[in-house]
Formats: sequence, C-alpha cells, structure tokens
Amino acid sequence: MLTDKEVRHIAELARIKISAKEEKSLKKDLSSILEYINKLNEVDTTGVEPLYQTTGLVGSFRDDEPRGEFKMDENLNEKLIGQAPHSQNRFIKVKSVLSHK
Amino acid sequence: MEKSFTIRDIRDGLTKGHFTAEEIFKKYSDKIKKENKKLNAYLSVFDQRDTNIQMHTNDTNMLFGVPSAIKDNMLIEGTIATAGSKILKNYISAYDATVIKKLRQSGVSFLGKTNLDEFAMGTSTENSAYGPTKNPHDLTRVPGGSSGGSAAAVAADLCVFALGSDTGGSVRQPASMCGVVGLKPTYGRVSRHGLIAMASSLDQIGPLTKNVYDSALVLNAICGQDVFDSTTVPRTVPDFTKDLNKEIKGLKVGVPKEFFGEGLDKEVKEKIEETISKLKNLGAEIIEISLPNFEYALATYYIIVPSEVSSNLARFDGIRYGHSSKDAKTLLNTYLESRSEGFGAEPKRRIMLGTYALSSGYYDAYYLKAQKVRALIKKDFDDAFKKVDVIVGPTAPHTAFKLGEKISDPLSLYMEDIYTVPVNLTGLPGISIPCGNGTISGMPIGFQIIGRSFDEETVLRVSYQLEQAMSDN
Repeated sequence: MLTDKEVRHIAELARIKISAKEEKSLKKDLSSILEYINKLNEVDTTGVEPLYQTTGLVGSFRDDEPRGEFKMDENLNEKLIGQAPHSQNRFIKVKSVLSHK
Repeated sequence: MEKSFTIRDIRDGLTKGHFTAEEIFKKYSDKIKKENKKLNAYLSVFDQRDTNIQMHTNDTNMLFGVPSAIKDNMLIEGTIATAGSKILKNYISAYDATVIKKLRQSGVSFLGKTNLDEFAMGTSTENSAYGPTKNPHDLTRVPGGSSGGSAAAVAADLCVFALGSDTGGSVRQPASMCGVVGLKPTYGRVSRHGLIAMASSLDQIGPLTKNVYDSALVLNAICGQDVFDSTTVPRTVPDFTKDLNKEIKGLKVGVPKEFFGEGLDKEVKEKIEETISKLKNLGAEIIEISLPNFEYALATYYIIVPSEVSSNLARFDGIRYGHSSKDAKTLLNTYLESRSEGFGAEPKRRIMLGTYALSSGYYDAYYLKAQKVRALIKKDFDDAFKKVDVIVGPTAPHTAFKLGEKISDPLSLYMEDIYTVPVNLTGLPGISIPCGNGTISGMPIGFQIIGRSFDEETVLRVSYQLEQAMSDN
C-alpha cells in the first residue's frame, strides 16, 4: 500500500495537483494496480535481455530537408503559435521562470 | 434496416451511376445527424465533402469516394482533435497524419471524428470526457474501447469503414463487442505520424470494417514506410487482397491452452470452440500450444504503458497548446493546475503510475523487469510460430457489458484486454472477426487470429476463409 506521502510525492513529480478526495481514491487504485503488477516478481528473469522494441530497427535516418508544407509564414504561425494560451507575435508567453529575491 | 454499405458496394454504386461520391457522402452525413445522438459515436462531423481529394472522379482506386470515420486521436489538418480529453477541447490539427494523407490520395472522404476513451486509455469508451458511446446492438451496453466510437459507427452503418488505434486491444476489442472486423497490423507496418501518442512502443493504427476484404483494402492504402515515423519498416508492401481466396488446407493453427482458463465466459468459449472446429472443417490442422508467460502479459503491459504515458503526456503543460488554467499565478502552478483541470481520472492514474515506475529507485524493479518479461513473452510466441502458422482464440473474455458496470474498478476494466495485450507487447499482427452471438447475452463475439510478424497476409486469408465459411451456413 502506498502512503499518503508517497501519493503526494508522485503527484508532484507528475506535475498534477490533486485534491484530498483524489488523493484518497488514487491511493486505493494505484495500490491495487501495483499489487497486481507485483506478480511479475514470480518470473525468473536472470540473464534475460530486456525487449524495448519489436521491429529490430536500429538508427533510422532520413534526409535533413525542410518539409515543403511547413513554410514559415503568418498562416503557419497562427496554426502553431496561435494555439498557445498566451502569445505575442511569433512568441509564446510564459510566466517568469526566475523569481526576484 | 437499410443495407449496410461495404467498400465494394460503394465502388459498384459509383461505377453503375447509382450515386455520386457527393451524394453518398451526404446520405451518410444525414444519417449521422439523425442517429448519432443516441449512440454518441461521433464527436465532430464535417459538413461538406472534403474537397482536398487529389483524384479524378473516374479514378479506379477502390477507395475513391468511400466515406470514412476517423478516431479523434488522429490529426486532420484544420479540424479539432480532442483525443477524447478536455485538455485538447479546442486543439486544431496543424497537419494531416500520414494515414490521413494516404487515405486522401486514395480518394477517401472523411465524415467526422469518432469518440474514444481519453487519450485511448480504456476498454469501454466510458473514459471519454465527452460521454460514453453506446453499443448499437444494445444501447444499455458499452461498445468496447478505446476505439468504441469507430466500432459503433461501423456497426451502425454511420460510415463505410473507420480507423482506430490499438495499443493493447483498442481496435480488436471494440470490434469484437460491436460485431465488426478490427485489424491491428504489425508494429512498424503503419505510420504513427499524426497519431496522438499514448504508448509509442505499442501504438498501431488499424482499420475497423464490415468485412475482411475491406480490412485488406484499407490496410493496402494506409501501410508503408514513412520518413516521419522512424519505427516504420522499409519493406515492400504486398497487395493484401491478393491471396484471400487461397484455401487454408494444411495450415497449422495453434490454440494456446492458456486462453481457455479461468475468466473466459462460457458463451464466448462455446463460440470460439465452434469456430475452431470450422477451421478444422476447412482443412486446417489444429494444434494445442502453450504460451507459458501469458499470465504475466497484462502486468507487463500495465508497467510499460503507464511509463510511456507519463512521458508522452508531459507535453500537455498549459503552455504551448491545449487547456491552460486561468487561476495559475506561477509557472509551476500553470503546470500543476492545467493538468489537474484538463486530465480525467484515467490519464491521471496512468501518468502517476508511470511516474512512480520510472522514478529514482524503482526503475529496475518495474520498468526494466517488465521489459525482461516482455522478452520472455516474445520468446513464447517465437517458439509457437516455429510449430504453427497462426494462433487463434477469443478477442475478449466476454461480450459487451453494461454501461457503468465496471467503471469504478480500473483493474477489472484492464482485464478486458487480457487476450489482446500480448499481441501488442510482441508487435505481432492480430485481427478480430465476428463469429456469432452469445447464447446468453445475445451480443456479438469476436474471434482473434494472430500471425507472424509482418504476415498480415495469412491472418487476413484465414479470416476471409472463415468469414466465407460462416456466411455459407
């Protein structure tokens, strides 16, 4: 069973603010899922190489050419930057990263 | 009920002049307007026939003028893609997904975007922020998920075919529950460029269709290497319809004994065994096999998926696009509150689970362990495919359940995918085809056929032969 402190710590790492009610239900749900997952400990994996992907492809390259349809103009600017909640011209506005002391 | 159109029907209708592409599009649009309210299969519909078709009306492409539905986690330029989440409520796609581009080139038209569990996380479509989709066979039941909107739209003839995405069964399981054909191609066969990522090492786009021939046709159109998805493989692409008619006499069919254990409903077991005997009648050799690590597939999956989810969904931060909290005063609070307000319960669960599994001190115990068990599961399948040509069994442990029946217990919903997740973990191609209705529930049952890596041809051929045999009876 995860502790309340652990649940709050995970939420903070995941950058999700959770309410007290959510904390309670997440604690229950995550703990029961983790308990189920722990059955993997029954499997002897000594000397087994992990399988991260199934295609066997290593190092896929393509030519480093600009995509024709992505020419930077006002239209593309609107499509991309225009979707940011706060923007100015071609820039996305964020809240200050460094705070004054 | 009116006749449900297949791709061939559309082709025939167009060639014989029974209707034009515009007319058939309008016919479907009108039908959606009338019937979508009760099903909630579509989240958005396009008013006019997409004019971007790059083909002439006399084109010979089988898919020309065929009205389709697209799961709302794939991008169609200039239209909203929500991924079933509030966080992307107003997000407008900046480009076409590769599959969309390819369908356009074939002359396919798009009716609209279909409902899904939020970010494709779920097995019932009840996790959608826009309300659940209902099963057209019984409106009190779920359509399966996460491509539930696509499956319901095909089953109710609100489109000719649909695209879904399958990370752990999200095409096959809803196909099974709605009585349609759902194919998950081999990982690397179809480009994921423009598919909103859930678990990148498992996600694969596949067609939901009314029959096996249509499935092969759509796969023909959407597959192939793509420079914008480095996991697509450089392989020549066969015509998947070519060998459908070849008989399957002598073909070796593996039946894993582990698929028939505890948890499989009696009415499903009955139909699956009946279907296996049909394969035998068609001259296939039925061989019992074993996949010793099958019971660990779901636990493996629920480490790998949340881990990849926690990474993939980090991009939704309230800064560049999507929902941004109005109350946040600082940068950190913008992240915390935008994500808190924008994500539903299941994405939050998975993001947190994955964050935990990948966090310092737990990586070896969870993520690494899971990838090692994944290797063992792959080896089980590799060994089996030395003895057999395809592996068959149920798609899901039971037929469509009631809306609300399982929603309070995430783990019980996860169990829905018990027969489908091993196929994603191993990257293999798998299909679900309808094999009759349950004697108790009366609801459709899906028969799953799994093939060797990149051997969709055999998977489709077995499916086609079975489909023909079943329609003869």
